[in-house]
Amino acid sequence: MEVTDILIKFTLIVIIFAISLVVAMYSTYAERKLAAFFQDRVGPNRAGPWGILQPLADGGKMFLKEEIIPKNATPFLFIVGPSLAIFTACIGSAVIPWGQQLTIGSTVIDLQVTDINVGILYIFGVVSLGVYGIMIGGWASNNKYSLLGAIRAASQNISYEISMGLSIIALIMVTGTMSLGDIASQQHGFWADGWFSWNFFKQPLGFLLFIVCAFAETNRSPFDLPECETELVGGYHTEYSSMKLGFYLFAEYINMFISSAVMATLYFGGYNYPFMDLVSSAAGTNVAAILGVVLLFGKIFGFIFFFMWIRWTIPRFRYDQLMDLGWKTLIPLAIANIIITGLWMTFIRG
Amino acid sequence: MEPLSNKRKVLESKPLNLLERAYLPAIAKGLSITIKHFFKKPVTISYPEEKREFSENFRGMHSLKRDENGKERCTACGLCALSCPAEAITMTAAERQKGEEHLYREEKYAAVYEINMLRCIFCGLCEEACPKEAIYLDGDIVPSDYLRKDFIYGKDKLVEAPLNQ
Repeated sequence: MEVTDILIKFTLIVIIFAISLVVAMYSTYAERKLAAFFQDRVGPNRAGPWGILQPLADGGKMFLKEEIIPKNATPFLFIVGPSLAIFTACIGSAVIPWGQQLTIGSTVIDLQVTDINVGILYIFGVVSLGVYGIMIGGWASNNKYSLLGAIRAASQNISYEISMGLSIIALIMVTGTMSLGDIASQQHGFWADGWFSWNFFKQPLGFLLFIVCAFAETNRSPFDLPECETELVGGYHTEYSSMKLGFYLFAEYINMFISSAVMATLYFGGYNYPFMDLVSSAAGTNVAAILGVVLLFGKIFGFIFFFMWIRWTIPRFRYDQLMDLGWKTLIPLAIANIIITGLWMTFIRG
Repeated sequence: MEPLSNKRKVLESKPLNLLERAYLPAIAKGLSITIKHFFKKPVTISYPEEKREFSENFRGMHSLKRDENGKERCTACGLCALSCPAEAITMTAAERQKGEEHLYREEKYAAVYEINMLRCIFCGLCEEACPKEAIYLDGDIVPSDYLRKDFIYGKDKLVEAPLNQ
């Protein structure tokens, strides 16, 4: 690798990191604002115009609050928990294709940090590591409620990861690749082989299963059992204060951002949009690529909005119902989806 | 039993059909309800800047009235204290001295008049009991404070401002 390549990759990593942090920051603001709108309220409006400085104020408060480590907690693991949670949340962004190539002079800039050929597996690996952050944090707090929350988180994540993996298998059967870059570029255009080119139209059931599992994996309502206040005080982060709690909450929002990006890439065409070729021949490939990035972010924000819309609509599941849904409904459905996809590929598509 | 109204609805619990068990139609319905609220106007009143209009018969803080000449109407008869179910009102009567005719309307007046705002239930019975039309609950909400003793309102807080000369 040449020096310029390394520099380009490094800049890209920094930009993506910064974007994920900013998106996560403003997701907290958006969450509160949307919650207010869904409940006929105004929401935060004191810090800056329309309250847009609220995340900064929240962040400052988080940093300045007293930091408490319980006496009988394991100090090292107590700190490792939130760090791991936010670390695993951040590294998922490495394989997501954010756009097509940009050409500046003779340099071609790939808007994806790395296109490894097992991209989806990497995402799954990272996501399943995320539960360690919660598990370690809950265990190290030396608090029964935290431990219960952590165990809930672990069993919930493992259960839903199975159906998530199964729902992805059908998608991989259709696309024939596990590289996210390839999956995104396959959905190019508007109409291909008698289908709308986005994978959503080929795998609607798979998408439904995936999005349900994504809600469970990110511990978002209605699957936010690890942190349900009424039963478990605060769940796995009961004992956490100041920025360590902030990291846990932040990790949830970054996770939401990354899983929205994954959903947009896998099922909604990623950076592709209809009539992309017309735009690139009329205004140049760079303009088309940048428009693609903008639209990808539009899709991502759409999904984040959907996450929040669901949160302020559907009440939390009971724990046994959650397990029932995961094991008795989603897994059979995912297997049925695989069989249907297989039959369709063998007999109809030929 | 004879139903008291025609509003009675007999609830029956029957097993859910497949569509109901699928849960998705219910979710879609719920989402449509919340999105309707998303576009509604907020009902919030931004309190310190914007105050909500009270109804005409709102009972707020008490005020001791003056008459058209600026004299205090209260004659310390004690009927308000007597009618007060919460026993929030106490007063000490005094005799009007020479030279004070412009201050008090009659020979007897309240030297000390105190209402304990923590006990007051804003029932308005003092207002009704007063034969001199001296006390009205026509003020604002009683402001919050840090100490209990600050909620005992004396004449300095209760008596209407003097008429403009």
